[in-house]
Amino acid sequence: MSTVAAAPRALRNRRTPRPRRIRPARIALHAFLIATVALWLFPLLWAIYAALRPVSETIINGYLSWPKTLNFNNFTTFWTEADLPYFYLNTLVIVVPAVILTLLLASMVAFCCTQFSWKFNLVVLMLFIAGNLLPPQVIIVPLYWVYLHTPIASFGSIDIGRFSFALFSDNGLLYDQYIGIILIHVVFQTGFATFVLSNYMKTITKEITESALVDGANVLRIWWSVILPLCRPALAAMATLLFTFIYNDFFWALLLLKTGDKRPITSALSNLAGEFFVNNNLIAAGALLAAIPPIIVFIALQKHFVAGLTLGSTKG
Amino acid sequence: MANPATSAVPARASKAPEAGAVVATRRRRRYSLLTRRDKVLIILMVGIPLTLDILLIWGPTLASVLLSFTDWQGIGTVTAQNIVGLKNYKTLFTGYAFFWPAVEHNLIWLAFLAFIATPLGMLLAVLLDRELRGKRIYQSVFFLPVVLPLVVVGFIWELQYAPSDGFINNAFGLVKSGKIIDWLGNPSINIYSALIATSWRHIGYIMVLYLAGLKSVDPSLREAAKVDGATEVQTFFNVVLPVMAPINVIIVVVTAIEALRAFDLAYIFNHGTNGLELLSILITNNSISEASLIGFGSAIAVVLLVISLVPIIVFLSRAMRAQA
Repeated sequence: MSTVAAAPRALRNRRTPRPRRIRPARIALHAFLIATVALWLFPLLWAIYAALRPVSETIINGYLSWPKTLNFNNFTTFWTEADLPYFYLNTLVIVVPAVILTLLLASMVAFCCTQFSWKFNLVVLMLFIAGNLLPPQVIIVPLYWVYLHTPIASFGSIDIGRFSFALFSDNGLLYDQYIGIILIHVVFQTGFATFVLSNYMKTITKEITESALVDGANVLRIWWSVILPLCRPALAAMATLLFTFIYNDFFWALLLLKTGDKRPITSALSNLAGEFFVNNNLIAAGALLAAIPPIIVFIALQKHFVAGLTLGSTKG
Repeated sequence: MANPATSAVPARASKAPEAGAVVATRRRRRYSLLTRRDKVLIILMVGIPLTLDILLIWGPTLASVLLSFTDWQGIGTVTAQNIVGLKNYKTLFTGYAFFWPAVEHNLIWLAFLAFIATPLGMLLAVLLDRELRGKRIYQSVFFLPVVLPLVVVGFIWELQYAPSDGFINNAFGLVKSGKIIDWLGNPSINIYSALIATSWRHIGYIMVLYLAGLKSVDPSLREAAKVDGATEVQTFFNVVLPVMAPINVIIVVVTAIEALRAFDLAYIFNHGTNGLELLSILITNNSISEASLIGFGSAIAVVLLVISLVPIIVFLSRAMRAQA
């Protein structure tokens, strides 16, 4: 035990003289970084400051003034008047199925392309990756048409108060439906997730799959009970990343959903801000409320988040 | 049965008389482990996602290309009469007032990200790639904007840029002196205002990607350079940067793709008009709004596609090399 513990200490000891020699540079570095951090946080802090102040006060004194009152009224007003919980729910019913389906499909493709060698596995991987790299606007025109002309069955809906999740479409189409949005997210993000997961699965030796095959397991079983558990870190990283990507989407929801009531919070916010809420204090509060879920995810799961991004880049 | 290498042989032998044996023997040994059911499962596991990918991404991409040669307006079917050849492109290049400004804005966007934001992200990564007190906090702060929805980023920066209520004009006394600058309304500067807001996000993104790359550099290289008397700057440019070639390519590709995809902020600030025209926005404005000039919108999409293929192909060829 003692030798194991001693090794890193010895390393550290060898390194300590180095920073000491460049002490002034160190101070300059910290000064620069602290200044940059202040610059980075400022827009966000300013938004929080504006959101905490009543509009009446900022009209009289301007935004650049010392506060007399600070309270959460703008937040509560926006929360209730915009019916914000409803739009969070919209986001939730889009994001959760989309993340799960993306991970399932992408891990299947990555599994089949990395654990078995067949003629077209590279081509298939490339198709997925390239598809994800395309700007979405390149495909939006025909996609919009496809969404308007694909018949989807209607089997009623799941209703929770004002919220109604159609099974699977309440207008017989893909357009203006939760499932339409879920579908495009799944298809688009599967490309990225496949890329990342296949990078990860490449490091798993094929012998695991081979011996499971010998033991009589079929490929579906191997994918589910052998490979997926081994990929747990990558799946966690991808889930975090996909949650943020899909939560933050603005474009698809803007173009493929027409009914304002079905919009997820991000695109609803831009609507609400233009139509109902005109004062900056309220809009700031609304924007911050919409930012809370990704910020929580980031703070709680920062490690996964960074891991996901780096898995996608460094091994490519 | 425990050793797959030995057990594979009898498995293949037992299957040899079956149909498809000719193919099977030509392939690698592990293939023979798969039963027909397994093969069907693999085809389904790849086939279903692939079909969706082709139907909803590659099909529409191809359709965009084909539709760009028509004057179709989205109603009824496309007939031979709709084919107009290169007319849409001719109109686009010569008769459409917003096209060249949009190309210019996309190029400015790309140049700004490539020459200012991305190098700043790299600089932050290099500065943070050392033992440093508070490193985690610095990293988290720089990365925070990356997780924010662009809609939120847009609103946050509108609070900075607003003409009479915004922070910038007030802080510099421009409101008092009556010299208000309309950061988002003035068509000659609003693209730079949007770019600063974008960079707020882009820099942190590049920083994280680059930090990961830097961590993978063999520390002994740097030690060696140090022993040879190289300064930190020399070490970076002559030792670290060349070793980082693969990640540098990724960073360039990511930057290019981000620049071509730019849409949200311009849309949120002013629906991509009056100085913020971008190719991505022209496509949607022409084909999905009331105008529904699908053929024309598709021609713009094809221009964007052709430009995007450059970074995509660079990325794929790198990925291919890594796979091989």
